[in-house]
Amino acid sequence: MKSNSDMTAAYIDEQLKETHFHPRSSKFNVRNAWGVWNGFKFADYYYDVDFEYFCVRNSCGTYDICPMQKYYITGADAEAMLNRMVTRDISKLKVGRVTYLCWCTDEGRMIDDGTVFKLGPNSYMLTSGSPCIAWFKKGAFGYADVKVTDMSDNIAAMAFQGPTTCEVLKKMGLDGIETLNPFNFRHFPLNGDSDKKLMVSRTGFTGDLGYELWIAPEYALELWDALYQAGENYNIHPYGELATGMVRLEAGFILPGLEFNEALKTVRFEHDQTPFQLNLGWLVDFKKPHFNGRKALLKEKEHGPEYTLVKLDIDGNKCAEGSYLYNNEKLKKHIGYITSTMWSPVVKANIALAMVETKYLKGEIWAEIYYSKEMRPHLKVAKCILRTKPFWAPARTRAKPPLPF
Amino acid sequence: MNNYDTIIIGGGHNGLVCGTYLAKNGDKVLVLEASDELGGLAATREFAPGFKASVAHTLFHFSDKVAKDLKLASHGFDINTRPMANVSLNANGEHVILDGWGSSSKLSGVSEKDAEKYREYQQLLKRFADVLKPFWLKTMPRIGSSSFKENLTFAHLGIKMRMLGRKDMGEFMRVATLPARDLMDENFDSEQLKALLSWDGLIGSKMAPRSPNATILALLYRMSGIHEGAHSLPTGGIKNLIKALQGSATASGVEIKTSAMVNKITIQADENGLKTNGVELDSGEIFTATRVVSAIDPQRTFLDLVGVQNLEIDFVHRIKRLRCDGYVAKLHLALSDLPKFVGLDIPDGRMVIADELDAIEFAFDDAKYGEASKKPVMEIVIPSLSDPSLAPSGQHVLSAHVMYVPYKHKDGWTEKAKTQLYERVIDAIERHVPDIREKIIHGEILTPFDLDKNYHVNGGHWHHTEMSMSQMLMMRPTYEAAQYSTPIPGLYLCGAGSHPGGGLMGGPGHNAAKEIMKEKS
Repeated sequence: MKSNSDMTAAYIDEQLKETHFHPRSSKFNVRNAWGVWNGFKFADYYYDVDFEYFCVRNSCGTYDICPMQKYYITGADAEAMLNRMVTRDISKLKVGRVTYLCWCTDEGRMIDDGTVFKLGPNSYMLTSGSPCIAWFKKGAFGYADVKVTDMSDNIAAMAFQGPTTCEVLKKMGLDGIETLNPFNFRHFPLNGDSDKKLMVSRTGFTGDLGYELWIAPEYALELWDALYQAGENYNIHPYGELATGMVRLEAGFILPGLEFNEALKTVRFEHDQTPFQLNLGWLVDFKKPHFNGRKALLKEKEHGPEYTLVKLDIDGNKCAEGSYLYNNEKLKKHIGYITSTMWSPVVKANIALAMVETKYLKGEIWAEIYYSKEMRPHLKVAKCILRTKPFWAPARTRAKPPLPF
Repeated sequence: MNNYDTIIIGGGHNGLVCGTYLAKNGDKVLVLEASDELGGLAATREFAPGFKASVAHTLFHFSDKVAKDLKLASHGFDINTRPMANVSLNANGEHVILDGWGSSSKLSGVSEKDAEKYREYQQLLKRFADVLKPFWLKTMPRIGSSSFKENLTFAHLGIKMRMLGRKDMGEFMRVATLPARDLMDENFDSEQLKALLSWDGLIGSKMAPRSPNATILALLYRMSGIHEGAHSLPTGGIKNLIKALQGSATASGVEIKTSAMVNKITIQADENGLKTNGVELDSGEIFTATRVVSAIDPQRTFLDLVGVQNLEIDFVHRIKRLRCDGYVAKLHLALSDLPKFVGLDIPDGRMVIADELDAIEFAFDDAKYGEASKKPVMEIVIPSLSDPSLAPSGQHVLSAHVMYVPYKHKDGWTEKAKTQLYERVIDAIERHVPDIREKIIHGEILTPFDLDKNYHVNGGHWHHTEMSMSQMLMMRPTYEAAQYSTPIPGLYLCGAGSHPGGGLMGGPGHNAAKEIMKEKS
């Protein structure tokens, strides 16, 4: 039997790390609702999921994305290396622009998705939800001039999302922020000090107006303070993982572990997904002569994916958590499953993302929903309607310039 | 004008074999060889004024089918040359000598018990070798293939094994990956004999007698020749084989260019994907072709000539980590006179210096940590005895394969390290040939590092990639390139890095040509 101190020693390295914003954000986490993201203490929620959700939709909120992985890919071969690794063609990406993309195994199965920032002619920043350094290094092998640097701990990053965000950033003194268009980024001096370079991108994971803020760790708290001071009258609050899960579902964005299983962590044969299965075929550019997974993906495109990720509007208001889907009300033929679902307050609908066998998409889709009333189980069979557009995509998201508040 | 049906990169024997088959089938073929001489590691070159030698110094399993198909006999190559004796040297002249092959072979210098046991051992291995023989000249099926035809090869192998009978089949499964040490200890008492019989399974690889892997399979592979693995020197030497291959190629219409170093396999890239359309030489000259067949090693082919940007990430990773480091150095001595070996009248056999199995094991121990063996073991041939043209009249050439000499020396292959190795090798020879030093006019030792540089083969590895279980059969060199086609349409492999593997056999060249012709028809 090991002593208590031996056991503690064995796990000491697994203690959760704290993000660069922790000294501030932890003050808000009044309910100690910490979860984990990439080894960091990470708020599931701060005070109340619904409140935080409405902050993002109606005013503004901050979301600590320090645990997100950030990599610099630099050198004369950086573009060539990236273009061979990712499925999109990034050769036309201009400096100051961001784009969403994904990368796949040789077999065309999705490893992860993320955004790439073109920082300079031979310099990119690639972000991803999970650590990908091993894959990127493998992908960089054989290029004469390319360097992959893990910047995850060296950049403090925060998402700032909601309809009043532009106004708050203006108040914070970011001159000309209203001219920053979607998927662009620019540098601003923090508190008027040009040594404190704050990078702002008009990007986010909420489907709403919003920005992501990137700064050297030593200025993280100064950034937090400036932002919260400027946002004082704009209902600024931090929001956690659960509220993010809601807003991203309304926007139709996917999450690993729910919509897709990262290919390099998948054990069972083809229990991972291709971009086509995830309805991300638009990320795959076959005009590009070569990229990792091209042959396999071309085959998949020709045959059509076995499953397709779809958006569903489900009858009633009962949450279809983990539900099986069928091609008729009698629940005879199982055709798919729900990946994420919620009652959407802004859309006022029972919405879901679901994986459905592609050949059944033309017919009816029914969900088998189990729910309980005071511990008594009930079954409801609800009709599902396919939606092709994101549930939430207001004009203000893309407004140029964003409306004042 | 510079347009061909097929361009072969590398004028080694496999490149020539493949090119000749394709030319006979109607292709317009160009063979490009980087050096000024055909033959690759089998090329005969002058290493001292008037003295010549080739790195590969004997034949043991050159394919009789290839020889027949390409009419090599009419071009001066005689595959039937009588094999030479295998001699395990002993400093006191108490040699173990194995002469001839198969049931007619004579074994001397061992106990009656060992001699009897050898008959059984030899017959068992022969039965095993016969099971495998048809598969060396066949394309291996793809892993996970649902093609009936491809899977038939598996079925065929299964039937062949079943036909061995229950006892032999069990024994085959047991022995196939056994360390040489175990198999030898089970059978023999004489350490000299054990070392002699293990030698051919070990040489060329990063394996020692105690390494479990493909030692026995390598022996069986070598036994696929008409002399069941016994070594021979054809009339006119190795250079006659290369000459015959060249003659056959030229007669079939193959165009050959030497001193033509390929710099790049050119890739046509458009929205239909990638496709090879020729090669570019380091002179900048461009040759276009419908297909390019690489007889050079897989790492050079993919990493240097195709470039990683045209390949997929995990495929590149598999090519990159292939075991490719050579462990055999080559010694060439120009001698003023025939050397006198203790206890041998005429040194016309293949003489092995490794008087016990542990001599090989200990030699390996040094090498696996990046040092040349302190007491190197080796096989020696005096090729000028059968081919006098290799040396001035009355003088001789000594040719030796020396184990184990790592491609990567831990301190780098400096002149000092090379001199030290050379001295150690000569010291080892001196124990058996006391007057060797006074007969040396000139000597050179080529480490695997030198072989890499001089013969353009990665790691200086004879077999381009190691003949180990993980890199054999349908995994050679790696899946997705193990059926001679590659991930790049129009690009094929036909070198020792492909199934069945290395050695002067012609198997990969033959198999690749068959595969290409199948695709064409």
